[in-house]
Amino acid sequence: MIKKYFFQLIFFNLFISREVFAAESGGMPQLNPEFWISQIFWLTLTFGILYVVLSKLILPKISANLELRKSQIQENIEAAEKQRKDSESKLKEYEEIIIKSKSEAKDIFKETREKTIKDINLKREVLEKQIDEEINKAEKEINELKKTAPEKINQIAIETSSEILKNLMGTEINNSSISAIVKDLSKKNGDKFYGN
Amino acid sequence: MAANPMTQFEVYRIGPEIKIGSFDISFTNASLFMVVSTLAILIIFNLGSKKNSMLPNKIQLLAELSYTFVSKMISDTAGSKAKPYFAFIFSLFMFVLFCNMFGMIPYTFTVTSHIIVTFILAAFIFIGVTIIGFIKHGFGYLKLFVPSGVPVVLLPLIVVIEIISYLSRPISLSVRLFANMMAGHTMMKVFGGFVISLGIVGGWLPLSFSVALTGLEILVAFLQAYVFAILTCIYLNDALNLHH
Repeated sequence: MIKKYFFQLIFFNLFISREVFAAESGGMPQLNPEFWISQIFWLTLTFGILYVVLSKLILPKISANLELRKSQIQENIEAAEKQRKDSESKLKEYEEIIIKSKSEAKDIFKETREKTIKDINLKREVLEKQIDEEINKAEKEINELKKTAPEKINQIAIETSSEILKNLMGTEINNSSISAIVKDLSKKNGDKFYGN
Repeated sequence: MAANPMTQFEVYRIGPEIKIGSFDISFTNASLFMVVSTLAILIIFNLGSKKNSMLPNKIQLLAELSYTFVSKMISDTAGSKAKPYFAFIFSLFMFVLFCNMFGMIPYTFTVTSHIIVTFILAAFIFIGVTIIGFIKHGFGYLKLFVPSGVPVVLLPLIVVIEIISYLSRPISLSVRLFANMMAGHTMMKVFGGFVISLGIVGGWLPLSFSVALTGLEILVAFLQAYVFAILTCIYLNDALNLHH
């Protein structure tokens, strides 16, 4: 039967013609009630099975899958949002730290500079004081030397001249007379010799 | 003479004759394609719902897209109250769609091209919707036939028209699907016959026409399934949300 039917279809009824149905139902097999009951029965059966299996087994599973995916995606979005916020706050923190450390570095630099300058100034003052003291001391010494120098020179002059005279004349000469002469000379020419 | 284009709609028995009482419920080619469609739907959707991966594979995507498509269709037309009927409308849409689509394969039988099948489906929907309407609203469901804002003079006429339109729902629903499928398949068969009768010289034009018609018919197959399901949703909406 099936074989025959396919054979007919393949050759488009060119070679075998089937005249059974046409006369009975006016050309429309749909209106032939021969298999209506069968069609109703099988439709009810197949559609019923389809409905029961789909509604009880398959559709709840698909629905659950969709829900699960939806919630998972939602969760992931939330997690991403949270991480973004976290990273933003971290970035802010980092920037704050940078700004803070910059100002700290500036402060440290300033402080150190001031300290160094102070140090230098202090040391300079000390040094200047020392130098001044040394200079004063030296000046004092020079002054003293200046004061004592003419007398010593006179002494030396007296001794030398008495020695020279002794050697020249062979006799002792009274020191007091020589010193008187030297004193007299030094008074006259003292300024010339010592420059004061 | 080309083949009779109606031959394709013939129902014939496969296997032995089965009888319950005086009713013949033999397994026929129509039954075969009902079973094939049902099995195809169940296999595809079973595979599509088996494992849940974050990144769905093709068959899972197909199942989930169908699910969301039908779910959106129902919520758009009938609102959230129609949720308990989702499984029925989903099965209905898939059954009609698969029957239509299987009919597009050459040498197959189109289940939905038979008025008795579409009429039984439509009658079931009609009776079901009417029962739901009366359960939800009691006799208030009869207000469906009395639109608000109509002048009293016109009311008797309007009520009669509304009742007739309500009662003709199963007929319009079933005939729409049946006629579309039958007309499309008949037309394709006729053009196919032209290809043979015009031969290698003139057969190219009807052949190209046949190819174009195949595309159109696939569109119609989908569209009619969609229309069938969406009209069911609209009827359901009338029963669930009485807005007249």
